This record gives sequence, C-alpha cells and structure tokens, in this order.
Amino acid sequence: MSESILSARGLSKRFGPVQALDGVDLEVRAGEVLALVGDNGAGKSTLVKSISGIYSVDSGEFLFDGQPVRIGGPASATELGIATVYQDLALCDNLDVVANLFLGQEEIMSGPASTVRVLDEIRMEQRSHELLQQLSVTIPSVRSEVGTLSGGQRQQVAVARSLLGEPKVVMLDEPTAALGVVQTKQVLDLIRRLRERNLGVIVISHNLANVFEVADRIFVLRLGRKAGVFEASKVSEAQVVGAITGADTAEQEQP
Amino acid sequence: MRLGTPDVAAPEDAGAEKVSPRDLLRRFLQGDLASLRVILAIALIWIIFDLQNERFLSASNLTNLFLQITAVGLIAIGVVMVLLIGEIDLSVGAVSGLAAAVMAVVNVKHGWAPVPAIALGVITGAAIGLLQGTLFTRFRIPSFVVTLAGLLTWQGALLLVLGKTGTVNLTNSGITDLANTFYGPAVGWIFAAIAIAAFALVTLGGHRRRLAAGVTTEPTPLLVARVVVVALVVIVAVAILNSDRGLPLALLILLAFVIGFQALTTRTVFGRHLFAVGGNAEASRRAGIGVDRIRVIAFVLCSSMAAVGGILAASRLLAVNQSSGGSNLLLEAIAAPVIAGTSLFGGRGSVWSALLGATVIGSISNGMNLLALESSVKFMITGGVLLLAVIVDAVARSRRQAEGRV
Repeated sequence: MSESILSARGLSKRFGPVQALDGVDLEVRAGEVLALVGDNGAGKSTLVKSISGIYSVDSGEFLFDGQPVRIGGPASATELGIATVYQDLALCDNLDVVANLFLGQEEIMSGPASTVRVLDEIRMEQRSHELLQQLSVTIPSVRSEVGTLSGGQRQQVAVARSLLGEPKVVMLDEPTAALGVVQTKQVLDLIRRLRERNLGVIVISHNLANVFEVADRIFVLRLGRKAGVFEASKVSEAQVVGAITGADTAEQEQP
Repeated sequence: MRLGTPDVAAPEDAGAEKVSPRDLLRRFLQGDLASLRVILAIALIWIIFDLQNERFLSASNLTNLFLQITAVGLIAIGVVMVLLIGEIDLSVGAVSGLAAAVMAVVNVKHGWAPVPAIALGVITGAAIGLLQGTLFTRFRIPSFVVTLAGLLTWQGALLLVLGKTGTVNLTNSGITDLANTFYGPAVGWIFAAIAIAAFALVTLGGHRRRLAAGVTTEPTPLLVARVVVVALVVIVAVAILNSDRGLPLALLILLAFVIGFQALTTRTVFGRHLFAVGGNAEASRRAGIGVDRIRVIAFVLCSSMAAVGGILAASRLLAVNQSSGGSNLLLEAIAAPVIAGTSLFGGRGSVWSALLGATVIGSISNGMNLLALESSVKFMITGGVLLLAVIVDAVARSRRQAEGRV
C-alpha cells in the first residue's frame, strides 16, 4: 500500500445553524482514485472547498506528506500541491488551448523582451504538446479555440491545466456531469492516467456507475459526517447507496 | 497584416496546414476572416464612389482620406482596449476635446513649449482614464454609466478650459506640424522599404522559428502571399501619396500606434490577460490575474489614445473650439472597430480593426461629401452601414456558438 499524501482529521465547518462538516477524517494516497459520494447537501462541496482553501475550517487539521500543514487560502493549497478542477471549468472560450493551459502563468521570453513580458508562444506550445500527449488527450489542435471543443475535451483541458503546477493531489468536481458516453469514457481514462502518474485523485461524482469504474476507494459523506469508506472492488453498489441514504446504518471501515 | 491569424486551426501533428477552398469560404462567411471581409468592403466602397465621381480615387483625395481618418483611427485604437474587456467608453469624444483644449491653452495662453503641452494633454487623458477605470472597478458601476457621466463632465470641463472666447487657435509649428507635415518621395520610399523588410522579417522569421521548433504554424504559401500583398499595398500607397503632397507624418503616427498596440495585445502577457478578462472574468480571477488592474489599465489606455486623437485633430484643424470632440466623433470611434470585427461583447477583436473600420467610415463620409449628398442622406447611409456591420458580427457570433456546442 502506498503512503498517504494528504490526510485530514476531524474537519468541522459550520454555516450558521447548519453543521456542514462534522469531524470528517479523510485520507488520499499517492496513485489512488478516491471517489467522494453523497446525497445533495451531504457536504461534498464544503469538504472539497475546505481542502482547496476556499473555506477555512472551524476545527480539524491537515497532514500533507506526513507533515502538519495549514491551508490558509486557495494560494496556499496550490503551493502545497493541491489542484482543484471545478465543475464550471473556468476556461476562456475565446482563447486557444495553449492560452488556457498557461492562463495566469504564461511563459515569457528571456532577455530584453522580458521587461515588457513578451509571451514565449513556442515554449508554451511545446509544453502543451508534451503535457497533452502524456495524458493522451485528444483535441483537434492546441491552437483550437476552447469554445469550439466538446464538453469532454474542455474537461480534459481543464484537468491538464491543473497539472501544470506539478500538484500531488488533484480534486475533480463532477468531471463527468453532462457528458455523453464517449466523452465520459475519455475523461475516466484521463483520471486513470492521473493515477498512473502517482497522483492522489479525489473525484466527486453523483454517478455511481462511473465511480465504480474508476475509483479505488469510495468515501461516503452523509449529513456532514463520514458514513463509510469502501474498497471499490469489495463492495456492491447497493451497499454504497445504503451508506449514502442512511438505510444501511452499520458503518463500515475498510483499510 | 494578420488576417484572422489567431483563428487558423492546424492539425495536431504540427507543420503546415491544408486549407481547402470550401474551408476558406466557410471561415470567410463566419467571420474568422473578418479583416479580409472588411478589405473587400473597402474595395467595393471605393469602386462605387469612383464610378460616381472619378476624383474619389485621385491621389489628392486619397491623401485627404488618410488625413481625415487619423483622429478617429487613433481614438478607435483606445476603444478596442475597452471593447476587448467587454466594456465601453462613451467619454472618448469629450476626452479628446478636453485633452486638446488643455494642450492648446497651456501652449497658446501660458506659453508652454509644444512637447510639454502635448504631454500634459495626454496626461490629462490618462488621468481621466484612471479615474473612470477606478470608479468602474471600485463601485461596480456599469462602464457605460460611468463614461456617460464622464461625457457630460468632460464636455463641461472643455468649456471651462477654453474660457470665454470659446476658441483657441493653434499657431505653434511644433503642434500644427503633426498633421501638416509631408515627407518627400525619397523618405516615402525609404519608409516603404523599411516597412516591407520589417514585416517580411517578422512574419517569415517567426514562421521559421516555429517550424524549427516543430510547433503549429500557418502554411508557408499563405504567409508568403500575405507578405507580397502587404508589400504591394505599401508600394501602391506610397506611390499615390508621393504623387500628391507626400507621405503625411499623421499617417505614420497612426500606423506606429496601430503596430505598437497590435504587438501589445497579441504578443505580451498583458494583451493575453486583456482577452482573458473579456472572455471570462471569473476564470481569469481564479487563474490569478488581477482582473481589476487589467480593467483600469484598459481604461487608462483608452482615454490616453482619445487624448492623442484629439491632439491630432486639433493640429489638423489648427484650433480647438467648443465643438471639439463632439458631433459624430464618439460614434465613429466606437463603430470603427465594431464594423471591422471587434466584438461588443468582449474577448474578440484586434487593433487592426480600428484602422480598417476607420477607413470604411472615412471612405463613406469622404465619398458622400464628394458627391455633395444631403446631410439627411449621409446620416441614414452611415447608420445603415453601421447596423449592417453589427448584424454581420451578431450572425458570425451565433454561428460560432452553434458550432462550439457540437
């Protein structure tokens, strides 16, 4: 078993009268896909936003690579090596794939041109090719406008972008929502390749079929609490549904 | 000239791209080659007017045309900056008048030398842009409201600065020479040679570097054709200008600003962020871009260019008066880039569109003046052309969206 990259202990977060997270422990290991499932309002988004630094938790602690760390904001999460791809992808449709991949972290020419920050398009395009090739992402061209790409391709571009900062943990929020069959398969393949790169991958999904297809472990949240962690290969869909809805009260804990 | 360059798709395996004629036609119709479409429109307009009045395409009238479009063209360059971030600046006309008035008053009434006087005019514009941009970003007021208030305010300021006489005549040659200097044939041809060599070097040099690095580039024949076309345009233009009064300094100033801003918007990190903010401000913010900073800079550049345009206009008219920066100037400066393919919705467009659109508008108004049409007819024709251009933009945009959803 590989070591844990990120673990969170006793995370609690309250919004007014609502206890969104209540003492949640979560662990993700290098080279595994951890699916995060739960009903609407179970606290999935809150959990992800707490890890990505958008929310600050009321209590609880994080260990990254075994070291206690503080996640003070989105920037500090990124610095630690936690990348998040939100459902709305945050892409600029009017820019091409290269421009989107490097948005906010453009490569600039060295020498005198660096004072006016001239873009190094060749370098960015080469790196884009490398990255997309490693991930076997299929798009018509790195110079295609992102607005002309399919939903699956856009998702893949968004995931590829999150990898530019060399993260160790990638969180994907509903990556297959609103995608067709073929596109869903492309995105699931991409998630497997992230695992092959020895990243810790956290996937939020409503789609249990997809979850079972790609996840190593399934983490069920219910009403802000951990309702169980299952090995995907050793659990039935019915058991997971039971944990999500609370019908199956016997909480399970598997390594 | 970059004709729709950013939109040219290329296959994954890099290298040269195959373009079928049908593909070209499709792109042409759907607005990716908006510049080419506008160039053809200009050619059509010129032919129509020349058939009506053969003096239209005479060297002296074409020289006049170039001089007439400098002010609108310069202001329109600034307007492109705010259009790219999806905003609008309705104060550019008033700002151009005020900046020219400030320059004229300190030069004529207070005896400032031309250079500091011009600098103060431009600084006035920049300061106004800073104020309007800050109001817009700080208080989240829609930009058209901020700049509409600005329109009235700066018109009032223009009257205040000009004082009771209402008109300041410019006599200092340091200022009037800007729009009234013509260079002889030798200078014209040297300029043409330098311009063509520089364009060929940049275009083909970049192409070679990209080929060597194995990244996507446009097909070599297309690039060579582009260099040849640009070379021909430059040679013909210089020949025409030389056969009249010569190469106007005002045109060189306009071209220098077009090229400078084109480079700024397409080759620098700032330009990239300008497009990004116009395309998706929230995505830009999450990518760590200082969205408000980009917006304020866009407004500063816009008002500064309005000031530059106003100063050139004053230099040409040899005076600043109460109607400086008024009448159609605002409408034309905003319409110009939109006619030539810069979107009103942000994130799409180019600095070239300011020049091309100003040429369209300038040609129509020059031609109608030459035909001595009634004002009523002129207004309606100009309005119709503007509407037509915006409809083409909207259709191209909806086609693009329909395609993007596939």
